[in-house]
Amino acid sequence: MFKYLKQLTSLVAMVAVLFTFTTESMAAKKSKTLKNTQKKGFVRCGVSQGLPGFSNADAAGNWTGVDVDVCRAVAAAVLGDANKVKFTPLSAKERFTALTSGEIDILSRNTTWTLSRDADIGLTFVGVNFYDGQGFMVRKSSGITSTSQFKDGISACTNIGTTTELNMRDFFNSKGISYEPVAFEKADEVVAAYDAGRCDTYTTDKSGLAAQRTKMKNPDEHIVLPETISKEPLGPVVRQGDAVWEDIVRWSLNTMIEAEEYGITSANADMMKTSDNPAIKRLVGAEGELGAAFGLDNDWSLRIIKQVGNYGESYKRNIADTGILPDRGPNQLWTKGGILYVPPAR
Amino acid sequence: MNFKPKDIVPQLITVLAVVLVFGFFTYNAQINMENRGIDFGYGFLSQESSFDVQFSLIEYDGSHSYFRAYLVGLLNTILVSVIGIIIATILGVIVGIARLSPNYLINKFAAFYVEFFRNIPLLLQIFFWYFAALRALPLPQYAESEGYTLFGVFFLTIKGLYVPAFIWENLDIFFYSIIAAVVAIIVIRIHARKVQENQGKQIPVFLISIGLIFILPLLSFLIGGVKLSFEVPVLKQLATTSFIYEGGVSLPPELIALTLSLSLYTATFIAECVRAGIQGVGKGQKEAAASIGLTPNQVLKLVIMPQALRIIIPPTTNQYLNLTKNSSLAAAIAYPDLVLVFAGTALMQTGKAIEIVSITMFTYLTLSISISILMNWYNKKIAIQEK
Repeated sequence: MFKYLKQLTSLVAMVAVLFTFTTESMAAKKSKTLKNTQKKGFVRCGVSQGLPGFSNADAAGNWTGVDVDVCRAVAAAVLGDANKVKFTPLSAKERFTALTSGEIDILSRNTTWTLSRDADIGLTFVGVNFYDGQGFMVRKSSGITSTSQFKDGISACTNIGTTTELNMRDFFNSKGISYEPVAFEKADEVVAAYDAGRCDTYTTDKSGLAAQRTKMKNPDEHIVLPETISKEPLGPVVRQGDAVWEDIVRWSLNTMIEAEEYGITSANADMMKTSDNPAIKRLVGAEGELGAAFGLDNDWSLRIIKQVGNYGESYKRNIADTGILPDRGPNQLWTKGGILYVPPAR
Repeated sequence: MNFKPKDIVPQLITVLAVVLVFGFFTYNAQINMENRGIDFGYGFLSQESSFDVQFSLIEYDGSHSYFRAYLVGLLNTILVSVIGIIIATILGVIVGIARLSPNYLINKFAAFYVEFFRNIPLLLQIFFWYFAALRALPLPQYAESEGYTLFGVFFLTIKGLYVPAFIWENLDIFFYSIIAAVVAIIVIRIHARKVQENQGKQIPVFLISIGLIFILPLLSFLIGGVKLSFEVPVLKQLATTSFIYEGGVSLPPELIALTLSLSLYTATFIAECVRAGIQGVGKGQKEAAASIGLTPNQVLKLVIMPQALRIIIPPTTNQYLNLTKNSSLAAAIAYPDLVLVFAGTALMQTGKAIEIVSITMFTYLTLSISISILMNWYNKKIAIQEK
C-alpha cells in the first residue's frame, strides 16, 4: 500500500511542479528552507564556539568572521538584512547532526570538504571560502623549526571529531614516528592543555593555529611550523535535498568573491550600477534577471555587497586586520596569484 | 486465572501506547533518514577506523576496526569506573565512620569534606583537578629536581605518572602459588568454622590467611624459579625543552584527574550512606552485644555491620551506577572513554549517529544493569535469612 502511496505522491508532486513553472516565485515554493527562512524572518546559521577571524562572538554577543559573513550574505540576499541571522555555536562533534536534523540551515563553521562527508551523511558542500591546510604549532624554546625534527614519543594536542585526527595519524605513520594523541572535545581545552605544557605540539588547520595563538598566555612564545600536511578546503555546508537553497548559499558566497574580482566594494556598489562592464552591472542588479532563478528580487547581490562587502573586505576586516593571517596566501584571487576562482554570474 | 475486563483494558492501552510511541519514532526516523539520503546499518563496525587513541588497554591503532575502537573506549570506561568505585568505597567508609567519631576535629573535618565536595558540580571538579594538576606539575625534565619523584623510579609530571614496569619470568608459577594460597585459606576457614561449632574454640583464621597469602608466593620466588625485575622510566630528550620518560608504564594525567575527581565526589555520597546505615542500627543491639562479652571489634564486625550493610547497600548501588555514568564526562578532559572515542570521534568520522548513539546507550544500560545485578545478589546474600 505504501508503494502506491509513494507513486501517488510523486505524481501529485509532478503535477504541482508543472503548475508552478508558470508562476514567478516557483523557486520559493520549491525550496522548503527558503520558504521557512522567509517565514521565520531570520537565517539559522551554525558556527564555531569561538574561532577568531572565522566565527567569534564579542562580549556583546555580536558575531564576526569570514564564516559569519557567509551567513550574513545569505540573510542580506533572502531577507534584505544582513543582521537577520540566528547563530548557533556548535562543537565539531555536534555540527553535522545539527544540520541534518534541521536545527540549522547553513553550517558555516570552518568545515573541511571531503568526499565521505559530501557523499555519506546527507550533506552538500556549496563551495570554499577558505583554503587551509593542517599544520603544527610548537614552543619557540623547543628549538624545533621543522616537522622533520619530531621524535618518537611526541605528544600532540588536538580536537576530536575533525579531519585533524586522521591527517595526524597519516602524517606520523608515514614518517614512522610514534606519538601520543591527546584529543579534547572543545578547542578551549586544547589550547589550555597545550599552553600548560601537556603536549609538545598542537595540531589543527593552520588558520586555526594562527587564530588560537592569539588566545595563548604569551603568543610570541609559539610558532607555527612551515610544513602543511593536508589539504583543508573549508566551506559552508547545507542539507542535501534542497537544490534551490544550495544554489542561494553557493551564489551568495560566489557573489562576494566575484565582486572583489571586479573591484565592487560596499562603498562603491551603488555607483557601479552605471558601469560600462555588463558583468559588473549584472552583479549589482542593473542588468539581467539573475535573482529570479532563486525566487529573489534583482537586488539580492547588490545587498550582499553593500551590507557585507566583497570577499577581500571580509578577509581584511576579520583575518588580516586582526593580525591572524595578514598574508592571504592561496586565498588571493586567481588574477593576483591565489586560487580563488568562481564561475561567472551570468 | 480469572481476568476481568477492567483489569486487562488499562494494561492493553498502556502497551498499545508504548508500542505506538516507539513505532512513531522509528518510522519518523526512517522517513527522515531516507529523505536526507542517510543509510542505516552497522556494517561500518568492521571498517578501518584510521584514528589513533591516546591510551588503551588492548592493542589498538588506526589500522584496527571501529569495533576495536569501541572495545578500547568500553575498557577505558570500565577501568576508570572500577578504580573509581574501589577508591570511593574505601574513602566513603572511612569518612562515613569518621562522621560518627566522638573526636570533634575528625568529625567536623569529615562533615566539611562531605558538604564541600558533594555540593560542587562534578564537571567543575574534573576541570579543577585536571587543569590544577597541569599547572602544578612540573615538565618531565624538572620532575627530579623539584622532588616529584619517589625512590627515583616513580615520576609525576605534567605528561603523566611514570611507574616502573614489571618484567616477569615464569609468571604462571606465581599465579599458581596465589591460587594455591586462596584454596588453602578457604579450606582452613571451613575447618575453623567446624572446630568452633563443635568445640567452641576459635582459630586465628585472619592471621593464618595473611601468612599464607604472603608465604606461598614468596616460596614461588625462592624455589619456583619466578623472577621479577623492573624497567625504570628514563628521561629522554625530544627537543631543546621537550622531554618525556621512556620505558616503564605511564598513566596519563587525564586518567588520574578523572579517577580522583570521580572518587572524591562519589565518596561523599557513600559516606552519607554508611553513616545512615550505622545510625540505623538500634542502640540496644550494641549494648546487648557488649553485655554478652563481645569485644568492641567483634561488636562492629558481628553485630553492627551485618545489620548496617542491609541499609547501606541499596543506596550505595545507586552511587556506583552514578559514578559509572558520570565517567562519561571524561570527554571534557581528553580521557579516551566510550563517549569520547566511540560516540565522539567514531561518530564524527562515520556520521552514523543513530547507530552509534544506540550502541552507546545499550552499552551503558548493560554496564548499569550488571552492577545492579551484582549488588542485588550481594544484598540478598546479607539480607535476614527468614526460615
